[in-house]
Amino acid sequence: MFSFIARRIGTILLTMLCLTLVVFFLVNLEPNLKKLAISQTEMHTPADQLESWLVNHGYRQNFFLRYGQWLGVLPKHPITDPATGKTTQRFSFCNDPTEPKFSGVLQGDFGCSTKFKTTVAAKLFPALGATGLLMFWVLAVMVPISLLIGILAGMREGSRTDRTLSVASIASTATPEYVSGVIFTVIFASWLGWLNGSAASASQGITFYNFTLPVITLAIYGIGYIARMTRASMVEVMTQQYIRTARLKGLSFSSVVIKHALRNALIAPFTVIMLQFPWLLTGVVIVEVMFRYQGFGYTLVEAAGNNDIDLLLGCSLVSVFIVLITQLISDVGYAFLNPRIRVQ
Amino acid sequence: MQTEYISAFDVVIGVLWRFWPVWVALILVMGTSFTYKKRLGLYGQLFDSGVGIAGVFICLFWLFTAIFASTISPFDPLAQVSVMKDTLPGAVEPASKLVYYFGGDKLARDVFSRMVYGSQIVLIIAPAATGFALMVGITLGLPAGYYGGKIDTLLSFLANLVLAFPVILLFYLLVTPGIMDTPIPYAMAGLFFLFPIIFFCVLFWTRYKNRPDRLYILLGITLVVGGWIYAGLVFDRDPLHIVHIDPNQLNIFVAVVFASSPGVFRIVRGLTMDIKTRDYVAAAQTRGESPWYIMLWEILPNARGPLIVDACLRIGYTTILLGTLGYFGLGLAPESPDWGTAIKDASRLLRSFIHPALPPTIALMSFVLGLNLLADSLREQSMKD
Repeated sequence: MFSFIARRIGTILLTMLCLTLVVFFLVNLEPNLKKLAISQTEMHTPADQLESWLVNHGYRQNFFLRYGQWLGVLPKHPITDPATGKTTQRFSFCNDPTEPKFSGVLQGDFGCSTKFKTTVAAKLFPALGATGLLMFWVLAVMVPISLLIGILAGMREGSRTDRTLSVASIASTATPEYVSGVIFTVIFASWLGWLNGSAASASQGITFYNFTLPVITLAIYGIGYIARMTRASMVEVMTQQYIRTARLKGLSFSSVVIKHALRNALIAPFTVIMLQFPWLLTGVVIVEVMFRYQGFGYTLVEAAGNNDIDLLLGCSLVSVFIVLITQLISDVGYAFLNPRIRVQ
Repeated sequence: MQTEYISAFDVVIGVLWRFWPVWVALILVMGTSFTYKKRLGLYGQLFDSGVGIAGVFICLFWLFTAIFASTISPFDPLAQVSVMKDTLPGAVEPASKLVYYFGGDKLARDVFSRMVYGSQIVLIIAPAATGFALMVGITLGLPAGYYGGKIDTLLSFLANLVLAFPVILLFYLLVTPGIMDTPIPYAMAGLFFLFPIIFFCVLFWTRYKNRPDRLYILLGITLVVGGWIYAGLVFDRDPLHIVHIDPNQLNIFVAVVFASSPGVFRIVRGLTMDIKTRDYVAAAQTRGESPWYIMLWEILPNARGPLIVDACLRIGYTTILLGTLGYFGLGLAPESPDWGTAIKDASRLLRSFIHPALPPTIALMSFVLGLNLLADSLREQSMKD
């Protein structure tokens, strides 16, 4: 078990290394660097000054050298004025070193956000906190509802309840966030006026009024999928011999479902719920942009739109980490829940 | 000047009437299929359940809408008639006396015509991209599952690498306007579009290598047709000027194929690992068949059930991805009538006008729903066998 986890963590680290290298390559393509230089200098700057901005801020150094600096295996150098030999900080707004120093991700320094004029850590972690809050409420709504739907549908396969709930869950998986978001906003914000169509004020404090729409929009896409998986698992359990035995023993249907079937039927949905996180991550980006909620997804879009190199690398590191770690948890957790599975 | 409006009832009747070519085609196709359903195999079995009929109906509806788009839509999707700006559904256009059935948007374009033309973009890109993703996933997944070992480890690592990327980040990196100045999209297109040609060449080679008369004809057809489409798509140098794709559409296409082929790869790999333990594979190995013959002519046909179901779901998922791209304004032209872009434009103005938002959202939702219903009923039918 221990060696399994160790090997998986090794794979995760390798994957993160490869992915950040790919992202680093893509954000450092010539058109993207141009875009960065244009957004960081005054309007209508001539081309040679754009070039000198890039040289001055170290963007013209060797690709692997800069990747090493970002990673923290090579020292970061301050800007040295060739005439006077004086050294200045690369970006004054985030305390860059004035002498060569190892200061990369391995040392816990995620770099400098050029868009928000602050360190990446100062921008990224509060945003992650905000998204964590959103995720918590989404899971708190999504998991109980989808399990309930799945169990009710799978309890009696082929019944009218089953057919209705199955079609409803197919419909919910066919509704991406940007569609359900628009429809919910039209119904609850424009027509009925019960809820707020923007969650911008949720950064100060969440209320039912400003937070419900983002939460249900995100939850609805996942509900259908988890419910279908729960249903399939429940249908399978209900055909087992021990369920028939329990029924023949004279137990009531409800007590068979609650005491015998549920526990075994909920093993598979656990994995599915954990594997929903990558999907939720994409949904979070859409929902946060749609409802103007200042979280991780909003930060990612801002970073990508402005080619904010360090912030974008930080975002990809975080999202890849979340995806891979939830996969690991789902594998290990599955082995714990189902003793027949051995982790190798 | 006051804009004239027709009543809500007339709007419904008018919309239904505009779709007349679709209804005719639907009645013909569904009627024939229903009559001969016993002889139509898996497709015919779809007509045994209500879910299946609903799925076929919705998918065919949008297919025929895309085909007859120019007949159905009363206006050009990009035409702006300034008096019709932000008009409500049912407004009559003064010059031609035609009706803006679903109203006008903020740029005074007909929402109904845009929805109809939007189906064309979605129904061309989504199935085609899914087709290419299937080719890439099958061509790589078969050897990974069949041989195992190093090749499997390497390919699975690469697939997991792509899958670990959040889709939206991938699109922001791959579909920015700047990337079109670099050779990356063309290199990726060049790589991905090779896979169908390789696939069909190997397919025919393994089957007919002892019958040169058949083999040379089939290989020749594959290379000529494949090379022609390849030249048109990747280099935009089609000698006949029929196959043509805009650079930004190529970019979207490549990004979508790139994002969805690892998923196909995983499924094919899993199915191959399962099927290669069967007796008929062992029999073929004993006969001394080549590995690629076994993969393509023994394993692949037996894996078709789950693959067809997955392809249906994947076209739906690709439609959602295209909508996401449109929603974030990536790749497609800003005035393009596709549903994602229309949803983006309308959702910014929801506080003042809601009517431009509803047609594209309902269109996208119903099309994906149709595909999911189709997949669900196909799965149920294949479980019965």
